[in-house]
Amino acid sequence: MIEFDFTLERPGFRLALEGQIPDRGITSLFGRSGCGKTTLLRCIAGLEPHCKGQLIVNGVPWQHAELFVPAHRRPVGYVFQEGALFSHLTVEQNLRYGYQRIPKAERHLHPEDVVELLGLESFLDRYASEMSGGQRQRVAIGRALLTSPQLLLMDEPLASLDELSKNDILPWLDKLHQSLSIPVIYVTHALEEVARLADHMLMLEQGRLLASGTPAELMTRTDLPLAHADNATSVIDAQVTDFDESYHLLSLSFSGGQMQVPARVRPQQDRVRVRVAARDVAINLVQQQQGSALNQVPARITALCDDPHPAHQLVVLALGETKLLARITRRSRDLLELAPGMAVVVQFKAVAVS
Amino acid sequence: MSALGISEADWAALWLTLRLAGVTTLILLVLGTPLAWWLATSQRRIKVAVESVVALPLVLPPTVLGFYVLMLLGAQGPVQALGGPALAFTFTGLVIGSVLYSLPFVVQPLQNTFSGIGRTTLEAASTLRASALDRFITVTLPLSRRGFLTAATLGFAHTLGEFGVVLMIGGNIPGETQVISIAIYDHVEATDYASAHRVSGFLLVLSFTMLFALYAVNGRFRVSVA
Repeated sequence: MIEFDFTLERPGFRLALEGQIPDRGITSLFGRSGCGKTTLLRCIAGLEPHCKGQLIVNGVPWQHAELFVPAHRRPVGYVFQEGALFSHLTVEQNLRYGYQRIPKAERHLHPEDVVELLGLESFLDRYASEMSGGQRQRVAIGRALLTSPQLLLMDEPLASLDELSKNDILPWLDKLHQSLSIPVIYVTHALEEVARLADHMLMLEQGRLLASGTPAELMTRTDLPLAHADNATSVIDAQVTDFDESYHLLSLSFSGGQMQVPARVRPQQDRVRVRVAARDVAINLVQQQQGSALNQVPARITALCDDPHPAHQLVVLALGETKLLARITRRSRDLLELAPGMAVVVQFKAVAVS
Repeated sequence: MSALGISEADWAALWLTLRLAGVTTLILLVLGTPLAWWLATSQRRIKVAVESVVALPLVLPPTVLGFYVLMLLGAQGPVQALGGPALAFTFTGLVIGSVLYSLPFVVQPLQNTFSGIGRTTLEAASTLRASALDRFITVTLPLSRRGFLTAATLGFAHTLGEFGVVLMIGGNIPGETQVISIAIYDHVEATDYASAHRVSGFLLVLSFTMLFALYAVNGRFRVSVA
């Protein structure tokens, strides 16, 4: 468990954050630019000397009123937005920079492992200037991992990359997620990244903690801004039950029913996460017999609330334990006479994200 | 012994000048590096004052600077009053004057290089367990190679061509404090243009060769004072 209670004053900005981060999985710090998410990450790494307060990582104090462990003594790996590789060193020398500086007994990961994990074999002799943004970022991740950190901190590692490079690096992050037990704190303002990677999330607003919980929970909470965003999304964790090779459809079971999602190949892992955009959910009163929708699942309406757009209505549905958001028009609501507690059938389009 | 038609006295002046420039550059690199680092990283208000003092020799007439150094080191100066050695009209005195005179030519390129190294690069090094000194040696210094080359070249070349300061402090004693630029001036005064030509020509070729070698060592090397 990582427990923090920080305050930091800057002209025009005040950060006051208290909270906990689980010591496993990926926790995403989410919020708009300027909400303090990067500052929180820097405070944890010890890069903000004016940050006051307390930080306890797995029972060990890193900072309190009389203690400030300097950045170079904190067992963290930090991946900067732009990679920050040393331009005078080759990839291999970059990778070994931190590795050489930790005691032999603390080296749990070795250059060979990381080179293989991140697919860096062919770059070892190159310099940062000779690589693409995505490749540089992979090296930066590898370099941070090679300090065998207790905590991996990533500051919007994909923000400076174009779509192609993002797609180049996301599979490696998935792989990291599955093969390493190091807890990761991941700063982002991209909902897709949270939906794909995060196990836990902290939502920040103007230097304060707005909410914390699982992405599935926070993204569908109507008292929080995400549910009302244009790209409002529900996240469902599901179990792979079958893969139809001729139609390229993956059959999944989840708390609340079954669904099918398109997939090129059967994923290696048994559990996958799917994303359902609120606008891709339709509500019917009865099962449809003659439609194109593959996924039809019985659900119960738990709440109806207003949406920023005056034509829209946000419907919160319960499918077993799963919460699902649907965005429909107010007119449809009235035509179907929808009300909380009603049993309905939802049709939706889902995308597997990891 | 008068190789290349240059008199023994002129060779002595030339050798003294090279020694002066070399010693001065060395001292400036040692003192200038921490000073430039402090100027590049400090947020303190006093920094502006220090920056101005460092830049003073750029605008001050060398004779003014030389005059003050002479007052400082001379018979009635505070250094001797406090029991210090008599440094006016000595090689050591020349070195002190040259260090002050060439200070901005070494400190400013270094300061520019140091500020050019992104904060993030050094922060990355600290998250990779490098202490402040370790970061300086393994990241800052190698990334500042060109800055050091510029600083050393400018410091050396500027000291080589010094005239006013040296004249004030050194007093033009042949073999002890007479530098080559003053020797050339003396030849011209005495209308011995032939000697002035030989020494000047030699200096021209020497300077060109030095710069050429430096540029060749680092193909992308650019001298810049901003």
